[in-house]
Amino acid sequence: MTYIPISPNEREAMLKTIGVQTLDDLFQDVPEKYRFPKLDLPPALTEMEAAQYLQELASLNETVHGDLISFLGAGMYNHYIPAVVDHILRRGEFYTAYTPYQPEISQGTLQAIFEYQSLMCALTGMEVSNASHYDGATAAAEAINMAYAVFRGKRKKVVISPTVHPQYRAVIRTYTQGMELELAGDDARADLEAAPEFLTNHIDANTLLAIVQYPDFFGRIYDYTKLIEEAHGKGALVCVVANPIALAILKTPGEMGADIVVGEGQPLGIPMWFGGPSLGFFTTRKTYVHKMAGRLVGETVDNRGQRAYVLTLTAREQHIKRERATSNICTNQGLMALASAVYLSVMGRAGLRQVAELCYHKAHYAAEILSQIPGYGLCFSDPFFHEFSLCCPKPVAEINAHLLEHGILGGYDLSQDYPSLPNHMLIAVTEMNTKEEIDLLAEILAEVNHD
Amino acid sequence: MNAPSRLKYTKTDEWYDPATGKVGLTDYAQSHLSDIVFVEILVEAGETVEVGKAIASVESVKASAEVYAPAAGVVAEVNKAIAEKPETLNQDPYGQGWLIRIENSLPGDLMDADAYIRYCEERD
Amino acid sequence: MTETLTPKVVEPTLFELSSPGRIGVTMPEPDVPKADLPPAHLLRSDLPLPELAEVDVVRHYLRLSQFNYSVDGGFYPLGSCTMKYNPKINEDTCRLPGFLYTHPLQPIETVQGNLELMYLLQEWLKEISGFAAVSLQPAAGAHGELTGVLIMRAYHKSRGDHKRIKMLIPDSAHGTNPASSGMIGLQVVQIPSDARGNVDLNALKAACDDAVVGLMLTNPNTLGLFDENIEEVIRVVHECGGLVYGDGANLNALLGIVRPGDLGFDVMHFNLHKTFSVPHGGGGPGSGPIGVAAHLADFLPEPIVGILEEDDEETPPLFGFIRPAKSIGRIKAFYGHFGGGMVRAFTYIAMHGAEGLKQVAQHAVLNANYLLARLRGSYRVPYDRICMHEFVVEGRFEGSDLRALDISKRLMDYNFHPPTNYFPLIVPEALMIEPTETENKATLDAFADAMIQIAEEARTNPDLLRAAPHNTLFGRMDEVRAARELVLCCWLPEDYSKPLTDEQPASLGER
Repeated sequence: MTYIPISPNEREAMLKTIGVQTLDDLFQDVPEKYRFPKLDLPPALTEMEAAQYLQELASLNETVHGDLISFLGAGMYNHYIPAVVDHILRRGEFYTAYTPYQPEISQGTLQAIFEYQSLMCALTGMEVSNASHYDGATAAAEAINMAYAVFRGKRKKVVISPTVHPQYRAVIRTYTQGMELELAGDDARADLEAAPEFLTNHIDANTLLAIVQYPDFFGRIYDYTKLIEEAHGKGALVCVVANPIALAILKTPGEMGADIVVGEGQPLGIPMWFGGPSLGFFTTRKTYVHKMAGRLVGETVDNRGQRAYVLTLTAREQHIKRERATSNICTNQGLMALASAVYLSVMGRAGLRQVAELCYHKAHYAAEILSQIPGYGLCFSDPFFHEFSLCCPKPVAEINAHLLEHGILGGYDLSQDYPSLPNHMLIAVTEMNTKEEIDLLAEILAEVNHD
Repeated sequence: MNAPSRLKYTKTDEWYDPATGKVGLTDYAQSHLSDIVFVEILVEAGETVEVGKAIASVESVKASAEVYAPAAGVVAEVNKAIAEKPETLNQDPYGQGWLIRIENSLPGDLMDADAYIRYCEERD
Repeated sequence: MTETLTPKVVEPTLFELSSPGRIGVTMPEPDVPKADLPPAHLLRSDLPLPELAEVDVVRHYLRLSQFNYSVDGGFYPLGSCTMKYNPKINEDTCRLPGFLYTHPLQPIETVQGNLELMYLLQEWLKEISGFAAVSLQPAAGAHGELTGVLIMRAYHKSRGDHKRIKMLIPDSAHGTNPASSGMIGLQVVQIPSDARGNVDLNALKAACDDAVVGLMLTNPNTLGLFDENIEEVIRVVHECGGLVYGDGANLNALLGIVRPGDLGFDVMHFNLHKTFSVPHGGGGPGSGPIGVAAHLADFLPEPIVGILEEDDEETPPLFGFIRPAKSIGRIKAFYGHFGGGMVRAFTYIAMHGAEGLKQVAQHAVLNANYLLARLRGSYRVPYDRICMHEFVVEGRFEGSDLRALDISKRLMDYNFHPPTNYFPLIVPEALMIEPTETENKATLDAFADAMIQIAEEARTNPDLLRAAPHNTLFGRMDEVRAARELVLCCWLPEDYSKPLTDEQPASLGER
């Protein structure tokens, strides 16, 4: 086999050293009747054949780079990734290393995570970042775990805005199944046009955490300062689920007083990759650091007087604290965190802002012209960033089918999650969309209405 | 290792001062945990505790431990200063490193200093 | 405690390298009219990110990469982590544009390639493990565990069996096992190991009652030993109505050797990043699909991939998403680690086939036993019998205060990555060694020679170990300082406190 570098002669010598005759002798502990099953798998491919096979599978897809013009977002976004990002990621020194348990020979990974933490703190306006979670949804669920631990299980209610990403809310419900929590705020009858302060009606002295999204799932931008103040008045913590590109221009959740900021880091230099792997960022206040889940890198010195970095406060984590740990998380999204750090460092202060503004201007151009098409209109009048809800004359599924015939991937059909929004399409526009594409979308949408 | 004779001890390495009602972690425990970096007291003044209830959680650079009540009673006082300076638990486990004080206390099954020292030696 | 000396900086941080006005990437001018930005109270005042040129970034990360030990760089026998070589073809296949640039919410008709790959991977993992159904959604091993314990709990509840609250976990288990159980509110009951490293059957029988959710078992266990009573262990748990969870961390030893589903396990997670050569990425992303026996299939997280319309003579089958009838719900947004995890693992399995996978396990076990045979004379082996893919020795010597940690640090001087230290917890000063099948005899011999040499040094020159490593770029760390001072973010240069808008107008094109 290609990846097993042991010759038959060496194998014989090794077996002799071990003191057995054959390879099969090494498996005497395995119950005989189940030993050496015949696996029904396709015959092994050579590298050349595998490369061709995977190419065939990949080519069955229609991509948003070349095949389709995309206006689909809803949690994953088509952004430009500078070439340098993947060149760094492809260094074997990074991607074939493991968790930096031995800091003397892992300073590359450790310093990269430390810098990632710093970049995330800068972006969100917070004091502490962990080394990342699996994705935005699980990071939001971990916010509940942390807040639960902060109150030592004494508070039992979580208030969730109905305009937090539906899949995030679903993941939260799965994660909290055994915690005997009350989840409130996002029931089907919730008023989706209400200002976010309506959530304060749900926040009480038993509430451990309130969760809002920024911009919200419909793309709307709200200043949550007042909501956060009122939640703090009840002693509850507040978690803001934020879009990291939007944070390049928008007021930070940190400035609003948020206790936890989480989000999906995919827009920061990570391909959409059919949904993963991506990156869940998690930042909070320093007072909560001992209750935070996940790996954490801190600065120190080595015994030669050199500045260096180590995994710190590890006694919080599952491998030491076991069932008393805040979370069972073990890995972080190491390589994806590296991708976002490289992306942010090469984009930098000016570049990231340019990306955000391009998204903003193009989305607003799209909103302007689409809302002028007879039969269409913006569903909400609130400020938005790069995603907005378009009210359509027909069910979105019908419109999207038509768009697809013209090579356009339409927006997200909000009726899938919000039955009260039957003809609402969530349209995402990024720096990757050209004016021509937006104009074409307008043209086809106009056509649909005439059909 | 040091175990003052005026104190009583548990098998889970807490000390209890019958004269004052104070509770803490023994010298043996702190030296095995090594450098303590986080202490959280889990009970509040006025709360009633049973013997064996977790009253504090301690984390060091490499380990974590729960501290259990060696006596039942009402928590009269908690050492709030300890959270700011967790290293006090290493430096002065029987003095400034106390964790809580229990009033009207009813001690559990405790060892005297000699028995505790023997118990520690058996484990090493 | 605080050092008065300023530490020497080996590599500045991104923020220290930053210089105001330096540009890394220039984005195009907008091709649409500019819109007014939101009102000022919704805008941030500054954006304190570094300002670097592309070459600065490349050199910075290149230097950082050189501070890392990696599988590409050398032998990495980190027990329980299966640090096998990561074939380069995987890096190319997972980056095929057809995979990279697909949105997870695209209509299924436009992503049939992705769905076919996921469907086949589910089928292959079922075949390899002997389970009836597989979900690819969990993002890592611990995430798979959480999924698994939620499924076990949901199964009991669906039968009206509400009093089951105890999870039995052997004392040799990974910390994630009790943490996963604790996370969903279960009580953890620890089961000791017997003198041969198996689950202590008497203790297990005593703990089994009608309050048991199940047993979480790693087999081979973290001592690298296949439980000699595995069928009995599983029978005992099943007899009290419990389920048996298999921690798949050590599946590399079992490929083509035995299928956990055949042995009677009810649920197990796979680690695509260990067994199926997905690179570890400096700590992730992992990928932790979960397999279940038929009676648990309805509880899998949604969605899984299935065939919505069978193929006929003219058209291929239509793959799509299915929600299992009693699904515990979503465990992650979208479908799991498709690109980074599934495509790489798929490529690996496709290139191995049944016989290739069996050879993987055989040689992983061969290499471990060979190293064990070579080290037995120099290190104490607490549970000494034929091991599977890994084994544990004690990193301590009679009459010496040297510890496993010292041996590990000294190994770095010989340019090896140390084994896992201090795990499993039941072995004092444990050194857990997993060579994997992708190492040749010369490498194993060089490692064994170094270990034997270190044992000798421990007798003749113990200070050499105490002060190790000597030949690395960095020495031992002050971990207490890191934990007490808690410097968790880079120092931000002075000028970053100034509002960005002062020097840089918010609109584009004016710079």
